[in-house]
Amino acid sequence: MNAVRVTLIEYGAGNLPSVERALRRLGAETRCAATPAGLAGSQAIILPGVGHFGALMRTLAERELVVPLRAALADGVPFLGICLGLQALYGSSEEAPDEDGLGLLAGMVRPLPQTVKLPHMGWNQLRRLRPSVLLRDVPATAYFYFAHSYAALDSSSAAVALCDHGAPFVAALEQGKVLAVQFHPEKSGEAGAKVLRNFLEFARRESPQ
Amino acid sequence: MTLARRIIPCLDTDGERVVKGVQFVNLRDAGDPAALAARYNREGADELVVLDIAASRDRRPTFLDTIRRVAEQLAIPLTAGGGIGTVEDGQAILRAGADKLTVNTAAVRRPELITELSGKFGAQAVVLAIDAKRSGETWEVMVRGGREAAGRNAVAWAEEGVARGAGEILLTSMDRDGTRNGFDCALTAAVSRAVSVPVIASGGADSPEDFLAVFAEGRADAALAASIFHDDAQRLGELKKFLAARGVPVRLVP
Repeated sequence: MNAVRVTLIEYGAGNLPSVERALRRLGAETRCAATPAGLAGSQAIILPGVGHFGALMRTLAERELVVPLRAALADGVPFLGICLGLQALYGSSEEAPDEDGLGLLAGMVRPLPQTVKLPHMGWNQLRRLRPSVLLRDVPATAYFYFAHSYAALDSSSAAVALCDHGAPFVAALEQGKVLAVQFHPEKSGEAGAKVLRNFLEFARRESPQ
Repeated sequence: MTLARRIIPCLDTDGERVVKGVQFVNLRDAGDPAALAARYNREGADELVVLDIAASRDRRPTFLDTIRRVAEQLAIPLTAGGGIGTVEDGQAILRAGADKLTVNTAAVRRPELITELSGKFGAQAVVLAIDAKRSGETWEVMVRGGREAAGRNAVAWAEEGVARGAGEILLTSMDRDGTRNGFDCALTAAVSRAVSVPVIASGGADSPEDFLAVFAEGRADAALAASIFHDDAQRLGELKKFLAARGVPVRLVP
């Protein structure tokens, strides 16, 4: 079987090398795209992300990646958003109220409540809501690594799993070929590797390319 | 669903090799960082910390190469530090494969460093390392690897560090470091109560009971140790099973 060719969106995210390393371990071919041309012909797209919502959206805009990314998603290119890459799918975030998100999902990303220690940093478990592509054959008790202070707190029909830290929030979502996780699969040991493997299999099956 | 308490092995390096010593002196070679990293990753470490305790300018390329070799072995988060004084230093360490940075002496000297790093990389990537030593009823901040008093109160410094953008505190008791007399639970609890971010307790770990105590009495979010893991005096899997059996939420690795 040919390796899945994954395009990683390069916007200066700290975790891009880790994601790339994890994908290569699983036998995927990776390339990084910082320009619209780099996105063309992608078999699958991953938007990794750590840091600030505003910085992500501004950099995507400066690199003229917003329009081609939306187009690729509309064309059904399998997509995985990681951490901030999940939050970017929403319309906006209270972390940077003046910046528009990609707007594929309704609602706003908001801060986790200050009744608990923030950032939500470390390993936590998930509550499954429905069968999921990404979490297929992942043990129900598996832990995943989180590092964030903002989250999708509103319930969403796209949500496949929730986590809880001060309040329930969307830990994994799937809407058509758009998949996303708030945790870091590239940092989540065996369970995380399984999530990435599930995404690669999904991309191989579902990619229009 | 509860956030697990983390167990974090720490590799103190001279830039290239893992070293160990008591209270930062009498350093001995304790192995290859990448080999130890691979082992801890496999055995269920929740995170790994790699420090360059020499932190000399001319050895920096060697340390960056060490981070690359360690990161290659890991499917868990990596924190690295030692001698970070500028955003560029931090950038180089993150590019080499670390997820988080620790700052210590340079942040005491110039607290704006925390703000700069947090602004550039996000609070989740900035760990303020504090070396604290008891002084009467309080704890004093020590710098330069514990050799010099900074003239600051440790709890107040932790609060200021968080206000400036640190996303986590790595708190080492200089009274306990290397002694195997257990964590300083009073110090850890004092800092953990004072700040809104996670606190990693360090210094003095010996028995599984020490870990239990620092999570319960010490209110630690994570506990770090070095030599007991390197020496095989304590296996990660056994430690986590001990804690789980006593109701501490931990991530068990089969």
